[in-house]
Amino acid sequence: MSTPVGADLALRLVGVTKDFGGLRAVDRVALEVRPGERRALIGPNGAGKTTLFNLISGSLPVSAGSITLFGRDVTNTSAHRRAAQGLARTFQVTNLFPDLTVLENALLAIQAHTASRFAMLRPMGVFAELQARARATLESVGLAGVTDAVVRNLSHGEQRQLEIALALAGRPRVLLLDEPTAGLSPAESRLMAGLLGRLDPAITVLMIEHDMDIALELSARVTVLHYGCVIADGSRDEVKADPQVREIYLGA
Amino acid sequence: MIRRRALAAAIVVGVLAGLGPALPAYPLTLITQALIFGILAMSLDVLLGYTGLPSLGQAAYFGVAAYAVALLATERQVGLVGCAAAGIALAAVTAAVFGVVAIRARGTYFLMITLALGMVVWGLAFRWVSLTKGDNGVSGVPRPELGTLSLSAPLPFFYFALVTAAVSWALLGLLVTSPFGLGLKGIRGSESRMEALGYNVWLHKYLAFVIAGVFAGIAGVLWAYYNGFVGPTDVQLVTSVEALLMTALGGPGTLIGPVLGAGIIVFLKNFVSVYTKRWLLILGAVYIGVILFAPRGVVGAFRRQRR
Amino acid sequence: MRPDFWVVQTFNGLSYGALLFLLASGLSLIFGVMRIVNMAHGSYFMLGGYLGLTVALRTRSFAMSVLAATVAIALIGMAMERFFLRRLRGQDLGQVLMTIGFALIFQDLALLIWGGDPYNLPVPAALSGGLRLGGAVFPIYRIFIVGVAIAVGLGLWLLLDRTRAGAMIRAAVDDGEMAQGVGINVPQISLAVFGLGAGLAALGGVIGAGFLGVYPGADFEVLPYAFVVVIVGGLGSLPGAMAGSLLVGLLDNFGKALFPELAYFTLFAPMALILAIRPTGLFGRG
Repeated sequence: MSTPVGADLALRLVGVTKDFGGLRAVDRVALEVRPGERRALIGPNGAGKTTLFNLISGSLPVSAGSITLFGRDVTNTSAHRRAAQGLARTFQVTNLFPDLTVLENALLAIQAHTASRFAMLRPMGVFAELQARARATLESVGLAGVTDAVVRNLSHGEQRQLEIALALAGRPRVLLLDEPTAGLSPAESRLMAGLLGRLDPAITVLMIEHDMDIALELSARVTVLHYGCVIADGSRDEVKADPQVREIYLGA
Repeated sequence: MIRRRALAAAIVVGVLAGLGPALPAYPLTLITQALIFGILAMSLDVLLGYTGLPSLGQAAYFGVAAYAVALLATERQVGLVGCAAAGIALAAVTAAVFGVVAIRARGTYFLMITLALGMVVWGLAFRWVSLTKGDNGVSGVPRPELGTLSLSAPLPFFYFALVTAAVSWALLGLLVTSPFGLGLKGIRGSESRMEALGYNVWLHKYLAFVIAGVFAGIAGVLWAYYNGFVGPTDVQLVTSVEALLMTALGGPGTLIGPVLGAGIIVFLKNFVSVYTKRWLLILGAVYIGVILFAPRGVVGAFRRQRR
Repeated sequence: MRPDFWVVQTFNGLSYGALLFLLASGLSLIFGVMRIVNMAHGSYFMLGGYLGLTVALRTRSFAMSVLAATVAIALIGMAMERFFLRRLRGQDLGQVLMTIGFALIFQDLALLIWGGDPYNLPVPAALSGGLRLGGAVFPIYRIFIVGVAIAVGLGLWLLLDRTRAGAMIRAAVDDGEMAQGVGINVPQISLAVFGLGAGLAALGGVIGAGFLGVYPGADFEVLPYAFVVVIVGGLGSLPGAMAGSLLVGLLDNFGKALFPELAYFTLFAPMALILAIRPTGLFGRG
């Protein structure tokens, strides 16, 4: 199998490193994700997974290394510009707009990439297309019934669904999911897994997930992070059989 | 819901307009004052209530516009349109310049920087005597003329202020219910989420800052004509502080709340001043009371009940 | 400009900076531990001056007035924190608004008690007069102020760096939640730091009253200076407060001497420049 060239890859990380003072949270991580791929990022707590997401999304600057998005170097690009280029993410700790309604949350996500976001003299209700798209997105994640609820009154499960909806609203090309099932009951996790399984196959998905079953169910390839380093990277079965991985997860 | 609010506002405006001729001069001038500060408080609400930016420097743009009007009207005999345009433009430019420095900051830093910037304007008003007449201020600002109609008497000026306030409220109302306004509410809720969604958060905050400055300037223009006198006290910290209290008391993020807050404070101030000189003491106590017992303000608490 | 103009102005800037340090160090510490901006800080400064004045007139003792002012205002500060600010834990804006309320109350009370006239604090003979060096005269009182600031700076550094209490304060500044988690009584630290900050401001006020005088409006006049020092130096940083007060003291003095019409402007330009480069201040932690 030939190594893909940069431009063919959805996401490419080379030597990505993040230091916090004396602490190296992410250590020379290399990652190559093809378009449409489903990749799971697993590792014990503190392995640097969310930090890596923050580096990829641009909310944290790298200390070293480069990040390429569909062939374009985004290492020094701001977070919002990366989002405009098709990168979307969810947050491990739910990061929604708590005082706004579910519909308003979705509308914010939908209008983000449109010129309408600067419209100042026409009320929101006039923008029928945005409203329709927002409702459609909410329906696709199963939140059609609670559009007028204020987000802080939603159940945790519904909030996690909204997290996904916000990320999907902008029609992203690369989706970073940070522990989508965090805090969900087994039943809710099942529903979430179903939702994620139905995602548009054209979207490239990189997912941090603690629930090993769901992670391996939804992803064809797995990258394992440990103390900020990639210690295994391959197909499900390859990673399951890797002795280092077994040691970390099943104990010596 | 917008229609309901617009209807309620139209009724209030109508009632005030109708009451106008029936009221004696003193309460009429108080209501005029309340309307002027209502515009200032609304400008602050855009920043504080909707975007989550607590500014203690709105008096800067208020004062810059007021001084512009006062000086142009007294020294160059410029008419209403010219003065108003100059005042608002100057307020906008000041906000545009100050915004570049202030918007980089968040929360507490933002508060302190806007306070310091407000003091810069006060310092200039106080010290640049050759321009601003320093402590003496600029007096003798004549009431303007709208065509053939003179606004000298309390009633015509009241209508002038009422119309300006109503139009300001309508424009700001459109702003906060527009997609841009939703964006501001989003910023207030979670800046990181907005960045992740693709918004240039700095730009949105900056635009809100300049818009707030413009409307503070509109209030300043009215104030110069209303008061006939503009001095450093109009630009002092206490003015920004009073604007903040009006917004907090009325209800941040409700737009009409701050106008109500302005009314309460103006009436309280004038009523209290009849009996005691201890206005600031009472204002301070009201501040503390509001924070402890009505943190969402009057209108905010009312809306909360109805949800 | 004669050479001693520069020397004298530099010295004046230094002594004003020294005063600002007393004011700003407390503000910076309060923010560091409690994350709130104390809008009543200028009030502590002014009340310190007024109280010191009253004590000085009654007891004819400069030392007594300094001590009484510092302790009394420290206690008032602690009462403010304990009975009012603590109720709004976590509500940053609410706490700031509350301190504004207190600032207004203090201002009016001062007007009520001491009236509208400016006063000068009587200064002991030992500290009056000047020192002749070269062609210039350096007022001894100003040298005294610099001395006090240096002593306080050293004392604070020793406290923070060498004592257990100081370590607890630094821990609380670094990460309040974590500090609470390892058993540090953060509310008690907050109370103590608030008292310390208020006392320092009052110390600045009573000593400052010796050459600036004390007058209505001094509270809101000095507050932006404290803010600029702390913004430029970085909130929560003691070296920042030192650097900031020096910078602001010098800039303000030279500004007033060379461009009297542009008062606060000479302050604003460098502040804007610094913030443009480093939004969290020179030594700030953001």
